Amino acid sequence: MITFSYTVFIVLIPFILFLLLGFFGNKFKPVVSGIIGTTGLFTSFLLSCYTAWQYFFVVPKVGGAFVKLIGYNITWLRFTENLHVDLGVLLDPISVMMLIVITTVSFMVHLYSIGYMKGEKGFERFFAFLSLFSFAMLGLVIATNIFQMYIFWELVGVSSYLLIGFYYEKDTAVAASKKAFIVTRFADLGFLIGILILSVTTKTFDFITLTDPKGPALMQGGSILFMGLSTMTWSMIFVFMGGAGKSAMFPLHIWLPDAMEGPTPVSALIHAATMVVAGVFLVARMFPIYVISAPAALEVVAYVGGFTSLFAAVIACTQFDIKRVLAYSTMSQIGYMMLALGVSGYGGHEGLGYMASMFHLFTHAFFKALLFLGAGAIIHAVHSNYMNEMGGLRKYLPITHATFLIACLAIAGIPPFAGFFSKDEILAAAFEHNKILWAVEYAVAGLTAFYMFRLYFSVFWGKEVHYHHTPHEAPLVMTIPLMLLAAGSIFAGFIPFQNLVTSDGLPFVKEIELSIAIPSVFIALLGIVIATIFYRKETTLPEKLAKGLGGFYRAAFHKFYFDELYLFITKKIIFNHISTPIAWFDRHIVDGGMNGVSFVTNQVSDKIKRFQSGQLQQYAWVFVSGAIALALAFIYYWTL
Amino acid sequence: MFEGIPLTWFLILATVMFFIGIYGFLVRKNLITILMSLELVLNSVNINFVAFNKLLYPQHLEGMFFTMFVVAVAAAEASVAIAIIINIYRRLTNIDVERVDEMKY
Repeated sequence: MITFSYTVFIVLIPFILFLLLGFFGNKFKPVVSGIIGTTGLFTSFLLSCYTAWQYFFVVPKVGGAFVKLIGYNITWLRFTENLHVDLGVLLDPISVMMLIVITTVSFMVHLYSIGYMKGEKGFERFFAFLSLFSFAMLGLVIATNIFQMYIFWELVGVSSYLLIGFYYEKDTAVAASKKAFIVTRFADLGFLIGILILSVTTKTFDFITLTDPKGPALMQGGSILFMGLSTMTWSMIFVFMGGAGKSAMFPLHIWLPDAMEGPTPVSALIHAATMVVAGVFLVARMFPIYVISAPAALEVVAYVGGFTSLFAAVIACTQFDIKRVLAYSTMSQIGYMMLALGVSGYGGHEGLGYMASMFHLFTHAFFKALLFLGAGAIIHAVHSNYMNEMGGLRKYLPITHATFLIACLAIAGIPPFAGFFSKDEILAAAFEHNKILWAVEYAVAGLTAFYMFRLYFSVFWGKEVHYHHTPHEAPLVMTIPLMLLAAGSIFAGFIPFQNLVTSDGLPFVKEIELSIAIPSVFIALLGIVIATIFYRKETTLPEKLAKGLGGFYRAAFHKFYFDELYLFITKKIIFNHISTPIAWFDRHIVDGGMNGVSFVTNQVSDKIKRFQSGQLQQYAWVFVSGAIALALAFIYYWTL
Repeated sequence: MFEGIPLTWFLILATVMFFIGIYGFLVRKNLITILMSLELVLNSVNINFVAFNKLLYPQHLEGMFFTMFVVAVAAAEASVAIAIIINIYRRLTNIDVERVDEMKY
């Protein structure tokens, strides 16, 4: 019997690091706390690799399928015999895959941060928060029940808040952290409602019982209708609301671009590779429920994902802040993953979309982390976020240039880089189930190639810029993670995901369908060619095109005015018509009552305070007359 | 008892002394005089103790001892009171009881 109880240490190590660095970090030299954090995450990484090897290759399969295993379990809150909340480690293909993704990227980011954050104030605080985040994210993916997932889901949100607001002296960073926290918190309200409906209907929190396609849980609640949809469908829509908030799906996407105020390694770890895909992971975790009990909710997932990917890709073409371009690109790619889940069926080749989504999640983590870390190296060298202040950097930053180019090719979907394989699977799955969404994604593939190479050419080629001081290549501690991730971006596509991560655990046969692959490569190349013409040399073409598009360009440049719309709704409508009356009630009725009590007390005491005159003989008079009065009273009653 | 002096006379003497003391305590402004009035009050009580002791328990001396206690305590109290008065004098160059009102509202 193979035991998996050691997997609990994958999660516990970052937590211990957080406590160590959080409480005693200021006792060490800054670089020591960086090395401690990195070493700890490296240990977690090795343990995850060992777990993956054991899980995929050593544990015997049941009927050819991967089984769900409980590696470790404790009963944490026992309310009644049936209702209890456990904490534990659930191992199945997607959680093991996520362990690899998170520990790899987290380890790379830790290593990179030693160089990037060098000399910053709060260096050890940064590493403490990074460890907290890693702990929360790992706890989320190995959750055995939906309640544990919700706890870690919130912890992830908190650590994201802390890291976005890392430069807490900067007003924009503080505003961005609050925005991220409030928007995701609002979405989590939906998640909580979904959990409550789901657990009331199915009487369980446990994922294994919940997602067993032949189990009793999925048969519940299908017949109870509310507004034309079953309870299961409603609960899944609410759960997806939580996932959409965390994954920055339209219309809850507004926090992600602002979250780029955080340090760049944070953007790479949290807002590109791991936390923002938590929503995708959530849908994947509940996938059997979506497919079997709530197909309408799955439609919602598909259309929200498809729309977001197009919407974000259009905005990404107009932005000038390199981190914001990458943020919108992340939204677009997560839209892809959501869409792939949305068009997937259950089991065998029907489940192609599920496998493609997880595959894209895996490859995307590598090349998007690489893009962000590369952007960090560029910002580190130039001290600016704006690509119109850059140009010709390929001479100064050769390693960054090469790795960035690899990542751009990977995300654009050029074979043989990783993004090609996963994106091809998504397009194939979409083509089989929904032609409209396939057409949208096909267009987005072209847009992706265009905006990524717009970024690439503007930064590394384009006009010659005179810098204040000559940009220099980042130190080795930053370039090593870049090179390792570049290797990942090249080779991750060759992993046979159809044998490892599938909707029902059984491997299936898939081939690269040339009728899908060739046009998608063609449109990606078209995007690259247009970007080359526009941005390879400094031309006036982009401005001409922007003028030609007129209002549409301006709308996209202003992110389709969604920030303004939300501000209008919150400030003008909610604040004026709901919050102001409540504030009036609080100030005048609640506070007014309390103030009235204190006013009366004050007035009365002012009237009677003159008794305390300080005149000794006055007191004596009162005392003597009282004593005499008492004496007289006694005499009177006794003689009666 | 007391060779023909009735108890009533002792009681009248004590009462008169007591109320003279109270009167002095209430109307005199000089702190020393107030202290002297207080001694009158205490000693009127002492007379009562002695008289009743002789009347009720001629064979015992508890009333006498209590008088001794009162005298001793009065002496201690007088010394403390005079120390306080000296301090007030140093502070206010005055021992008028109406001026000692720093602790008012």
